[in-house]
Amino acid sequence: MIDLKDIRKVFNEGKAHALTAVDGVSLSLEARQVTVFRGPSGSGKTTLLSLVGCMARPTQGRIVLEDREITSLPERFLTEVRRSTFGFIFQQFNLVKGITALENVMLPAYPLGESHASLKRRARELLDLFGILPRESSRSEWLSGGEAQRTAIARALINDPPVIIADEPTAHLDTKLSREFMDIVARLKASRKTVIIAIHDPLVYESPVIDRVVTMRDGRIEAAGP
Amino acid sequence: MRRSSLFFLYLGIQTVLLAAAFTHAAYLRGGHASDIAGTAAMVQRLELTDLCLFTEARYTRHPTQADMFAPFQDHPLSLEHFPSGSLLGPRQGRRGP
Amino acid sequence: MRIWIEKQRNVIDFTLSSLARRKGKNIALLLVYTLLVFLLASVMFFTHALRKEASLVLQGAPEIVVQRMAAGRHDLVPGTYMDAIRAIRGASDVHGRLWGYYFDPVMRANYTLMVPQDFSFGEGNIAVGHGISRSRFAYAGDLLSFRRYDGEPMVLTISEVLSPASELVSSDLILISERDFRRLFGMAEGMFTDIVLTVRNAKEVATVAGKVQKLLPDTRPIMKSEILRTYDTIFDWRSGLIVVILSAAVLAFVIFAWDKASGLSAEERKEIGILKAVGWETSDVLLMKFWEGTTVSLSSFLAGVLLAYVHVFFTDVVLFEPVLKGWSTLYPTFKLVPYISAYQVATLFFLTVVPYTVATIIPSWRAATIDPDSVMRS
Repeated sequence: MIDLKDIRKVFNEGKAHALTAVDGVSLSLEARQVTVFRGPSGSGKTTLLSLVGCMARPTQGRIVLEDREITSLPERFLTEVRRSTFGFIFQQFNLVKGITALENVMLPAYPLGESHASLKRRARELLDLFGILPRESSRSEWLSGGEAQRTAIARALINDPPVIIADEPTAHLDTKLSREFMDIVARLKASRKTVIIAIHDPLVYESPVIDRVVTMRDGRIEAAGP
Repeated sequence: MRRSSLFFLYLGIQTVLLAAAFTHAAYLRGGHASDIAGTAAMVQRLELTDLCLFTEARYTRHPTQADMFAPFQDHPLSLEHFPSGSLLGPRQGRRGP
Repeated sequence: MRIWIEKQRNVIDFTLSSLARRKGKNIALLLVYTLLVFLLASVMFFTHALRKEASLVLQGAPEIVVQRMAAGRHDLVPGTYMDAIRAIRGASDVHGRLWGYYFDPVMRANYTLMVPQDFSFGEGNIAVGHGISRSRFAYAGDLLSFRRYDGEPMVLTISEVLSPASELVSSDLILISERDFRRLFGMAEGMFTDIVLTVRNAKEVATVAGKVQKLLPDTRPIMKSEILRTYDTIFDWRSGLIVVILSAAVLAFVIFAWDKASGLSAEERKEIGILKAVGWETSDVLLMKFWEGTTVSLSSFLAGVLLAYVHVFFTDVVLFEPVLKGWSTLYPTFKLVPYISAYQVATLFFLTVVPYTVATIIPSWRAATIDPDSVMRS
């Protein structure tokens, strides 16, 4: 589904503190599978995820998404692709402060001009799916860690994207919540979504839900998994 | 109610009120036409030259008739001491003092 | 179309939520902004209505008024000057005007005394302006006493109170007979305050005025066009207090715009980053910033203009009254007819709404175009 060909990403290219975050990665990711990228911090997992999810462009190399090359797309089309294909769950959740959980979930769909009533209904369904409907009117600052994460997951799903990308999703969660997160991943997989996770928590990558583990180090792939 | 709906409601009410105000203004203008005509007739009959806006100083009561030196009537360095003098500038388009 | 409308509503929803986050600051901003617009619009409405009324009402002013100057000051003019003026071709209906000021120590008010060409009430009687009637509670039939130039008292009877509708020109007028006038002020027969004349051909006015000046070098002719021009430019930006108000308003707007234009706070930048990360395009972010500026400025503009209209035409400019009144104890009621210039309102709109909105959008441009990637790694 997603093909990465010789991807290289260099930050601050040409300057003294240039950093090669990803150095020559070639990979094929299958649809409807749960893939985990594992490695120490600085191994380039986060950067690779953001490249896969069209959040940034690679310095070199090509990315092909379902037979469509997206590396050279203009920004507007890239945003379009990103919005309809990927749902992101950030490490820090990155919910917008000062607005409610419900509004946070509806936010990604705002520019699409869908009828307010129908959007609200879908958002509430998602919140209900993850058991946080009672907290729909709470401001995002007042949500607990677990509730915030589930709001972030609901937000990632509002546009019904086929691919979910999560960056260190269990970093701020205890064991119980981490296991709950993996249950959610299982549910996503069951509903035929592709899930890509960057993690360094063994609890996650030893879970039976995972289909493939890719190990990274220093911007390169060490082991590409089964 | 949605916030944006509240905002549009507010805009709508304001616009309606403004439209009402301007309509009211047009209506008043029509009604006052005879008053204005009457005042104009008085101006012509009495040979008046100024509006009665400020009655505290000669040169603000009849600015069109005032000379440039009127504000300095006490002595040349006398500063303006009537508040209305700071509102009314000197006569524009004068040909001499 | 429906999608477009729904999109705008969504963005406005978010914008208002975003503004509500800093409720105190934004409400204060809204209030001050409204106050500024109110002030500017009040001055604008008041000035325009006054000028319009002046231009309509003063059409009947004398064509040329001839004043005599002595030692740089306005002095009485001898009647013999009229003979010289009558000889000028084009001049007609040359006659003297008798008018002056009387200071009433009881009311500490200045009255303008005038002898009309056709005074019909007879000696011993006067007609007073409505403003005088109001302030002295004097009505037809009452007596008013004056002090003559030689200190002797002089009592006159009010025959008529002039109409309140004409207060704009007659509020402080006292119409008096010629004999009473001369007795009151000790003005000798044959001397006049000034001379007025009519010029039949409108195109000749300036020429005739020039001839008068040449013929009588110690006089100063004042033309009707100058009179009208004085009121056309009354309270324009050059008049003292107006400059202060305008400067203050401009300064305030600059401060607002500066606050917006000096860049986004870290919090705002983060917010934009998140929006981009969840799928908002650059244009969507800029749209949000547009609405952020417009909701504040448009709301303030509408409220300010409406309040200004009420202030000027319903409450007779009550807030400016202390300023306009100055030290006068006789103060006309500014019941102005609401002449409104759509052009001025539109100008005010463009000057108050557009710069602020632009100042909100421009600094966001940079932030709006960032790669959402940076949000991932923050």
